[in-house]
Amino acid sequence: MGRLTMRASTVRMKSRRNPCTAVTYGAETAEYATLVLEPPDRPCGSAVRLRLVIQLEGVTKHYPRSNRPSVEDVNVFIDKGEFVFFIGPTGAGKSTMIKLLLREEVPDKGKISVGDTDVTKLRRWKVPAYRRSIGCVFQDFRLLPNRTAAENVAFALEVIGKPRSVARRVVPEVLELVGLGGKEHRYPHELSGGEQQRVAVARAFVNRPLLLLADEPTGNLDPDTSIEIMRLLDRISRTGTTILMVTHDSNIVNQMRRRVIEIENGQIVRDQARGVYG
Amino acid sequence: MRAKYVMSEVFLGLWRNISMTVAMIITMAVSLSMLGAGLLLYNQVDVIEEYYQTNLEVVVYLERDIDQAMTDQINAELKDNDLVAEVVYESKEKALERFQETFEDSPDLVKSVDADVLPSAFRVKMKDIADAPELIKQFEEREGVYQVTNQREILQQVFDILGGAQRLTLVIALVQGVAALMLVANTIQVAAYSRRREVAIMKLVGAPNWFVQAPFVLEAVFAAVIGSVFAFGTLVAAKFLVIDGQFEDLFKLMPQIKMQAILVLLPILVGVSAVISAITAWITLRFNIKV
Repeated sequence: MGRLTMRASTVRMKSRRNPCTAVTYGAETAEYATLVLEPPDRPCGSAVRLRLVIQLEGVTKHYPRSNRPSVEDVNVFIDKGEFVFFIGPTGAGKSTMIKLLLREEVPDKGKISVGDTDVTKLRRWKVPAYRRSIGCVFQDFRLLPNRTAAENVAFALEVIGKPRSVARRVVPEVLELVGLGGKEHRYPHELSGGEQQRVAVARAFVNRPLLLLADEPTGNLDPDTSIEIMRLLDRISRTGTTILMVTHDSNIVNQMRRRVIEIENGQIVRDQARGVYG
Repeated sequence: MRAKYVMSEVFLGLWRNISMTVAMIITMAVSLSMLGAGLLLYNQVDVIEEYYQTNLEVVVYLERDIDQAMTDQINAELKDNDLVAEVVYESKEKALERFQETFEDSPDLVKSVDADVLPSAFRVKMKDIADAPELIKQFEEREGVYQVTNQREILQQVFDILGGAQRLTLVIALVQGVAALMLVANTIQVAAYSRRREVAIMKLVGAPNWFVQAPFVLEAVFAAVIGSVFAFGTLVAAKFLVIDGQFEDLFKLMPQIKMQAILVLLPILVGVSAVISAITAWITLRFNIKV
């Protein structure tokens, strides 16, 4: 992580024995810098540096004519297979960050790379192909009500031109993986909230994306169901998929103890491995 | 597979919004039949012009009491004129014959006229009918000449009427066309709204833009094709019921509007309306569905 400090001048490394663990931004958040623990599934500091999946360098986005939250000089580097919580108060700029990563918005300044793609230089017509490398899950599931669970998942394959034979083979597999075996032919209204979210996760994961963005995926679910969804996401993350999850659920963050990036007023105020909600 | 999905979305979209679809098709049909009629009239003016170009004459009417010497003199002068190609003398008797032929349907009128009333005349074929005003200027004031008329001027009135009718049809076509395109834009917006879930998911999972847009653009194109078929039907019906039917006598005055000319319009109308509708739909989408 030493390269972080070299690359971005605004990043100030607090002196730690293990430089890999906590990087803190700004003096006002010094108290967070004391948390130093390795993430359980990713030995860091070892010679092998895993591939970077997300690179945000000096990313700035303002909305001069609206009061949508802006982001200011954001620097984030996320490795392949990392599980990252993205927290912060409403209006801090979390959704703007998601939009920037999805290339729904283009930053005013800075550089965004996801995988091998330089998102800031991406031509408009290449955006759809880029989005195929990203899966998305939302608070409101966003399933098509007139399609069954299997059809909802197959839809994501059909519309990007995958032949039907692929869908026939892959869809049952992924539904089995998310724990919906036997419920393939139910419509969304015949499923519980947690099950609907599983369908959404299956749809996001069916293309084996490099990155999975989850925008408050447990926001509409009760605590027990939330834990189940988190177990599912954890399992997916262990397949090597990077997961970036926006959440307000402190229990989940505190239980999972994964990397936490906190954003406030469009700036990153904390970036901490094995963090808590705080 | 994907084609099947797109087609089913097209028809579902048109059906869900059936009243708007019907309105769109009707306005398009009206606009396109007016456009078709305008094009036919435009074609007709050309046909008439070509038809008469070779037959147009300047007629030099002589005074009734003119003597033979003066007549011969004028004849010689006309023949010597550089602008003139051919001169034919028409005596009073000949003029009466022609008059009787023209008005054979009105025997009372024919009876009331005898040869003395009609002037003798020279029918002059010009080398170029466009030079007629110059010839008229030269002979109008000459002794023994009663009047010089240019048939082209009479024909000009026919052209003016046709031109006026043509402008009227094109203006209606334009106004209706604008209304039709507004309806297309509106239909696309409504369709985009009712399909917003699908569209959002398609964009999220990375469906290509053409695939997201295809159902909407094809809805507009489909309506345009149906509209032009209706417009074509209207024109064919007009050919049989109006031109060859009720107003046959009126249209006999000019060369016939051929069925072929109407048939040619079908691909033109389909092409024009499909392309313009598709462009309108596509532009509407650019504003409604952001990438």
